[in-house]
Amino acid sequence: MDKMIQVENVTFEYTNNEKQVIALNKISFEVKKGEFVAIIGHNGSGKSTMAKHLNALLLPSEGDVRVQGMNTKEEEYLWDIRQVAGMVFQNPDNQIVATIVEEDVAFGPENLGVKPSEIIERVNNSLSQVDMEEYRHKAPHLLSGGQKQRIAIAGVIAMKPHCIILDEPTAMLDPSGRREVMKTIKKLNEEEGITIINITHFMEEAVEADRVIVMEEGNIVLEGTPREVFSQVEKLKELGLDVPQVTELTHQLKSAGIDLPDDILTVDEMVMNICRLK
Amino acid sequence: MLKDITIGQYYPTGSYIHQLDPRAKILATFAYIVGLFIVDNFFTYGLLALFVLACIHISKIPIKYMLKGLKPLRVIIIITFIINIFMTSGETLFSIGPLNVTIEGLYQGTFMALRLMFLVVGTSMLTLTTSPIILTDGIENLLKPFKKIGVPAHELAMMMTIALRFIPTLLEETDKIMKAQMARGADFESGNIINRAKSLVPLLVPLFISAFRRADELAMAMEARCYRGDTNRTRMKQMIMTGRDYKALSIMTLLMAMLVYIRVSF
Ligand SMILES: Nc1ncnc2c1ncn2[C@@H]1O[C@H](COP(=O)(O)OP(=O)(O)OP(=O)(O)O)[C@@H](O)[C@H]1O
Ligand SMILES: [Mg+2]
Repeated sequence: MDKMIQVENVTFEYTNNEKQVIALNKISFEVKKGEFVAIIGHNGSGKSTMAKHLNALLLPSEGDVRVQGMNTKEEEYLWDIRQVAGMVFQNPDNQIVATIVEEDVAFGPENLGVKPSEIIERVNNSLSQVDMEEYRHKAPHLLSGGQKQRIAIAGVIAMKPHCIILDEPTAMLDPSGRREVMKTIKKLNEEEGITIINITHFMEEAVEADRVIVMEEGNIVLEGTPREVFSQVEKLKELGLDVPQVTELTHQLKSAGIDLPDDILTVDEMVMNICRLK
Repeated sequence: MLKDITIGQYYPTGSYIHQLDPRAKILATFAYIVGLFIVDNFFTYGLLALFVLACIHISKIPIKYMLKGLKPLRVIIIITFIINIFMTSGETLFSIGPLNVTIEGLYQGTFMALRLMFLVVGTSMLTLTTSPIILTDGIENLLKPFKKIGVPAHELAMMMTIALRFIPTLLEETDKIMKAQMARGADFESGNIINRAKSLVPLLVPLFISAFRRADELAMAMEARCYRGDTNRTRMKQMIMTGRDYKALSIMTLLMAMLVYIRVSF
């Protein structure tokens, strides 16, 4: 079984005072174990709604979501699913429960009924994986945004998940906080083999993924490697999305008549290609 | 400016009393409060005063700091004193208009005022030497046996923890909103009480909205981390009573026994 997540024909509607909003519209996709997937799409395209389906915070109105083969509709799997698929939210302040860093990291394992000696071990490991050991006795409100978000990630790692879903984890951070968080996520993916689903508005972050999924109106409109997706500049712009700066530059140079390949993603590649001209 | 408020007024010095198990301290504080109501003459008050002074000394908290806790209560203490002087019947010492000051009244008034002061100093000993988080854990643990009769021990403790966690965040936010409103010409400081209360509305509304949003998100984050009340829940930190906790409790018991003995036999 090498599938982490299977989403099949999922439809979800929010009902608010008789008004219905279809947030997901017959969406289907799969995520393999160990994959790093980025989901992009403009505001209201259904990304957060999708994320909440992946650990049974929301249940599909139609269709099925399976996490490691466990259907989120079956109640008996609920806690297993939430342990396997951890979630990190956008606002670092609103997901830290305890008044001391180490207690917050322990919150998940405590809920799982892990025995105290093992909780301590897990807390130590998780804090060292996010590089926050020296802050273990601090109060969370004294930390920077990036640090808080790393604590939130540590809190999820301590539950030993196989997959972490991050819903715009860097949206409220400054550039250095954003880099810290991205570095941590990449490390977890590469060294621990944890499957990552990163929802983001920053194209520079999406470039780092193995695969990019573009959502629009509750469905997937584009999907592929960052190279494949970002070479379609026109289409992304139509969808109201930014493209990475380098891609934008390529696009403009090309339309000015300079001969460059479509799929340049990094500054280094750009330099290489420009030096090769003529 | 709002950040200066200290909650629970924890005063860490790392003393013997600070290191005691919170449960031992809570129980001792209860015993002390009961003791205050057993005490009925100046001799036993003297005994209690000695005990309190000894505790303050061991806790390494400056006496001045302890007495600061009495300041906000001085009005209540003085009023209690005055009411008792005039309202107790007995041998009249002198009278002011229709009011009689009696010897019993003076005695009673002094007693009540002392009792209040001892109550404040003794109980603040608990909050000054125990961090709010540890205190919460202690309360949860002590209430556990009462769960069977429907005391929501875990829920209460969780509520307290979340309150402690979010107070600094909300204070910070209040500060921010206040500054934002002031930048648009809002005035929180001048005018009479009604005007000032009115000027708080544009502060409280956004604050409430944001608090509700936070609560919503926090609940979701807690659920995502498998929170389901205290079913099947373990704790990282185990509380263990050690020799010194039993020693402290024994001293407290001894003191109580003495107070009861004196009360009964004299
Ligand atoms: N609790 C809710 N009740 C009603 N409608 C909702 C609710 N949450 C989201 N929606 C609607 O569902 C749609 C998808 O919202 P969702 O939050 O999933 O978008 P998103 O892609 O995460 O957007 P953003 O980039 O702003 O986070 C939107 O039209 C939104 O208005
Ligand atoms: Mg969202």
